Parts: sequence; structure tokens; C-alpha cells
Amino acid sequence: MTLLDWADALEQTAVGTAIRDSLWLFPVIEAVHLLGLALLGGAVLGVDLRLLGTGLRGRPLAYVARQLDPVLALALTVMVASGVPLFLSEAVKCYWSDAFRLKMATLAVALAFTFGVRRRVVRRDPPPGPWLARVTGLVSIALWLTVAASGRWIGFS
Amino acid sequence: MSLLGFCEWLASTELSIALHESLYVYPLVETTHVLSLLLFVGTASVVDLRLLGVLFRDVPVSEVTARILPWTVAGFVVAATTGALLFYAIPVRTYQSVFFRVKVVMLLVAAINIALFHGHAARAAPAWDRLARPPRRVRLAGAISLFAWATVIVMGRMIAYNWFDCDRQPQPALVNWLAGCVVS
Repeated sequence: MTLLDWADALEQTAVGTAIRDSLWLFPVIEAVHLLGLALLGGAVLGVDLRLLGTGLRGRPLAYVARQLDPVLALALTVMVASGVPLFLSEAVKCYWSDAFRLKMATLAVALAFTFGVRRRVVRRDPPPGPWLARVTGLVSIALWLTVAASGRWIGFS
Repeated sequence: MSLLGFCEWLASTELSIALHESLYVYPLVETTHVLSLLLFVGTASVVDLRLLGVLFRDVPVSEVTARILPWTVAGFVVAATTGALLFYAIPVRTYQSVFFRVKVVMLLVAAINIALFHGHAARAAPAWDRLARPPRRVRLAGAISLFAWATVIVMGRMIAYNWFDCDRQPQPALVNWLAGCVVS
């Protein structure tokens, strides 16, 4: 089976069909996806601003990150739980969409960076130097903004 | 001049037409509007969750607001600027959108909530500033803020859908009244 066959099969699933057949399901799930994005912004930027030496800079980096970890987990859960049904409803369109491909690729990198690299940097003891912290924060911001922007762009194609 | 007349005039200006018809500028402005949400509502949520006693419970409320709210304001400036451009590109339809109107009402609710909270916080801050769980009135301000911004996001997304547009008649009388449709 090719990737396109898979996309076609996913579109024919009950969830995909139900969303396509409904006037309001897609918009409502999309709105939930956006609410998750706002929350994700708070969770990601709360740590990244601290890495850049602003935000809650009077508090230890590891503390700020630990506080925001559950928010990040909640936001990612909402994003995936709403994003998967959106994808199922238009999997073939997504297959042909450059924006979708860019989003998935960047998302994979962003997740790997957040949980593989950034997590290690913020938990460092003693804390990371200002340059390592700044670069980590900037890369995180750039990755997540690219994911969000390319996600929006799926709708323009 | 009525507001509708003003919107019709806006729509007739050269820049509005250019923005509306542009292949890339309009989507770029809209994408920036969505990205501003991460900074604006994201950081606002962090402050609201502190007011609710959920996050940063051992950090004084005044420290969280002083360190985070400037970023919220920066996000708001981007959101408001791009939002104004989006309105300017499609003035009449947006003005007559039920969703846009509910969004504006919720923006006002959020603004009043902010004004009341800061009036209250400026007067009585020392008493509860360091409490892990602030008093009910402060928690209520945080909850109203979260609800208002969430509604603003949902309504903003819905403006794109034409279910209740004035040019799709017949509409229920309530819709025509809410949207201010001119029905002959």
C-alpha cells in the first residue's frame, strides 16, 4: 500500500466520514485545536522567555519548567486529540499539501528538541550559561512558530 | 454616517480592495494573527492560572504580572494590529457577522474584567499577593479572563464560516437582528 492509499483509507474511517458529513464538526474541532494552541503558547513560551533571560527570570529555570510541564502535557494532548480527527477528515488533501508535510516534519523536530534537548538544558545543575540558554529558547520558539504557521497554511491550499 | 455606511466606505478604499484580493499578504496577515495568539493568550493564561492558584503558587501574584504581562501586551499589540487589517480587508461582511459581534462583546468583557482587577489589585495587593490560592474575587477575575479569551478565539475562528451571513436569506429573525442585516 502506498502512502496515498493509506491517506484514502484513513479518510474513509467512521471518524473521517462523520466529520466530513457534518456542517459544524470540523469548525468546532478546529476551534478546540486553536484553544490548545493558545495553551501550548503559554507552556512553551513561559520556559523559552525564561531561557532568554526575561519572563520569570527571578526564579530558577528548572522550577519554571517543572511548573509548566503539566500545562505542556495538557496542551499537547488537546492538540493531538483534535488534530488527528481533523487529519482523518481530509487525509488525501493533507497528503498533497506541502504545508501539512512541513508541519509534520517540523512537529517531529520540535517534539524531539523539546523533550530531548530543551528538557536536558533546563534541568542542568548548575544551570546552563546564558548563551546555551538563549540559543535553546530561540530554537524552541522558531520550531513551534513554524509548526503553528504551517498548520494555518494547510487551510490556504 | 452609520457604522454600516462607514464599513461600506472602508470597503471601497483602494487598500482594502488590494488587501482583500492579495494572494499572499492576506494569508500572511491571518497567519500572524494566529501566531500572536501563542504569545498573547498563552501568556495571559499563565497569569490567569496564577490568579486561580493553579500555577506558580509560591511566586507572588505581583511578580508574575510584572514579569509576564508585558509579553501579553506585546502579543495583544500584534493581535490587534493584524486583526484591524483583517477587518479592513473585509469590513462589511465582518461587521455583519454574528460571530464577530460576539467576539467584540467578549473583548469588552475581558477589558472590563482587566480594569476591575487592576483597580482591585492596585488597592489591596499586599493582603493576598503571596497567597498560594488568592481570594475568591481574584480567582473569579482569572476564570472570567480565561473564559473571555477562549470565547474570543472560538468566535474568531467561526467568522470564516458563512452560515449566518446576511446574503444567505432567509435567516431566522434573531440572526438578522444580531447581525444587523438589512432585509428588504
